[in-house]
Amino acid sequence: MSPPSHGTASKQQRAQVSRDRLHAILFGNRFRTGIFKQILIYLLLIILSALFLLPFYWMVNTSLKTPDQLFAIPPVWFPHPSAWDNYVHVMTISLGPQYPTVLRSALNTLIITINGLIATLFSSSLVAYAFARMEFPGKKILFLGILGTLMVPFSVIMIPQFILWKQVNWLDTYWPLIIPQWFGGAWNIFLMRQFFMTIPKEYDEAALMEGGSRWDIYWRIILPLSRPVMAAVAVFAFVFFWNDFLNPLIILVTPIKFTLTMFLVNFGMMYQYIQWQLWMAASVIIILPCLILFFFTQNLFLSGINITGVRK
Amino acid sequence: MSAISGNKIKSFFRSARTRNALTAYLFISPWVIGFLFFMGGPIIASLVLSFFRWDLLSPPQFIGLANFTNLFKKTDLFVPSMIVTFKYVIIAVPASQILALGLALLLNQKVRFRGFFRTIFYLPSVVSGVAASVIWMWLYDAQYGVIDNLLKLVGITGPNWLFSKDLALWSLIIMSLWSVGVPMVVYLAALQNLPQELYEAAELDNAGGWTTFWNLTVPLISPAILFNLVIGTIFGIQTFAQPYLMTNGGPVNSTMFVGLHLYEVGFHYLQMGGGSAIAWILFVIITVLTVLQLRLANRWVYYESQ
Repeated sequence: MSPPSHGTASKQQRAQVSRDRLHAILFGNRFRTGIFKQILIYLLLIILSALFLLPFYWMVNTSLKTPDQLFAIPPVWFPHPSAWDNYVHVMTISLGPQYPTVLRSALNTLIITINGLIATLFSSSLVAYAFARMEFPGKKILFLGILGTLMVPFSVIMIPQFILWKQVNWLDTYWPLIIPQWFGGAWNIFLMRQFFMTIPKEYDEAALMEGGSRWDIYWRIILPLSRPVMAAVAVFAFVFFWNDFLNPLIILVTPIKFTLTMFLVNFGMMYQYIQWQLWMAASVIIILPCLILFFFTQNLFLSGINITGVRK
Repeated sequence: MSAISGNKIKSFFRSARTRNALTAYLFISPWVIGFLFFMGGPIIASLVLSFFRWDLLSPPQFIGLANFTNLFKKTDLFVPSMIVTFKYVIIAVPASQILALGLALLLNQKVRFRGFFRTIFYLPSVVSGVAASVIWMWLYDAQYGVIDNLLKLVGITGPNWLFSKDLALWSLIIMSLWSVGVPMVVYLAALQNLPQELYEAAELDNAGGWTTFWNLTVPLISPAILFNLVIGTIFGIQTFAQPYLMTNGGPVNSTMFVGLHLYEVGFHYLQMGGGSAIAWILFVIITVLTVLQLRLANRWVYYESQ
């Protein structure tokens, strides 16, 4: 590429521009961007996709291997015959008499996930409603405060929170994983507020004229109109609760209450030598719900990120 | 007199504005209460705790600044863990941004199956840190791992990634590049909002692709870069599951992240005071870093409305 020189377009440059235009007219834009550029782009996309998919492929591939195939050198790329019973094994095994099976852990995780989901959807939307559609003293400062809490890592508050749960005797229960969700999450509040602000204010005013209360507006007008953002927050929250590890690790003590991520960790450690084919099968089972969810609700994930936007 | 002031109070409460404000406070009260109990309270509590020695079993004992001075003793892991964490953040966060922006630029071209490729690049971002750690431990295996076996095909003897003092941290950095879905989508959205007229003008000026990228695209998407840098830094500092599972902080503490160190001090050794001291220093550092990033942003981030 030639270095650009602004303003003083030389004869040569002008000639180049008109040549380019002619080219564009003759061959269309596509050709002008260069067939080689096109090929390069597709080549890069395909190579990068292969790299991104490799860990997934290797996980599934390993999960279908027999111990012999596992330690074959060079590695087996297409295990044949496939050891499907690895999955049966993972589904039925229990790590010990007091330990949960994978299904029981999934149930535990589901209980936390659903409760947390409902709690954060409800409480965050309440708070977001006030910030999006009402005027009150201190609104700006409080909203900045909410954004500020995004900057506070969980590790900073986990010790005092742990002591709090110990004081109220809630350690080793699911309450510490659920109750805080009833008080709104900063990220979710922010997302919902951005969306609520796009709903015309006339709706509120009309409802107030008719004698409706703020609660009516929130419950009957805003929430029904906000399904997209509620769904977006829900899918993110689902993935968050499903994948959470540090919080349950600190809170839960009794093995039967362990979540899926804790199951996965314990599962690997139970054998003297790691049974990779089983550990990979367990990984597949655990990440599959999130992958499926993402696959079918991609647009919600994308719109969720896009609503956050990058505007101030 | 009292009747008058009583009326005043009544009319104050009856005024629409006041009632409106009170309703608003009611709506935001969950967050305010939650903040006091689960965020503000704990932050202050951990400051107080950091002056005590407390193992949760015997009563707490006031020891002044000893928890803080202990952190800077030669044998303590705090300073090394901070260095490890910062090394990780300084390399992994910018590297992720470059990859995420690169992917977004590719997806922003006129390509078929754009949605398909985007799905593939985003997919790893919904995998939990725990599951990703398990998968990558196996990928990194020196004997049977797929990475070293692929390297062998091109004649390179692969290293023992996670068990090498020099490479363990790099292994986690490389692994972090697998989940760049969120910043990628942010960049993609920013790229798709770019004003087309400016690019047409640049083309007429005969500006090269590289020049256009640096002088036009980068300034226009700089708010997205700032956003991703701030969020990436905050999440990078919190890295926990990966070192906890994959290396347990080793070898020779080369992957002892401050998050893992804090967890061990607090929940293995039950040093509530010592852990709180670490938490507080971490809190101050993150706040300073974030404010710094936002302050410096004025110099390089371009907002259209200005």
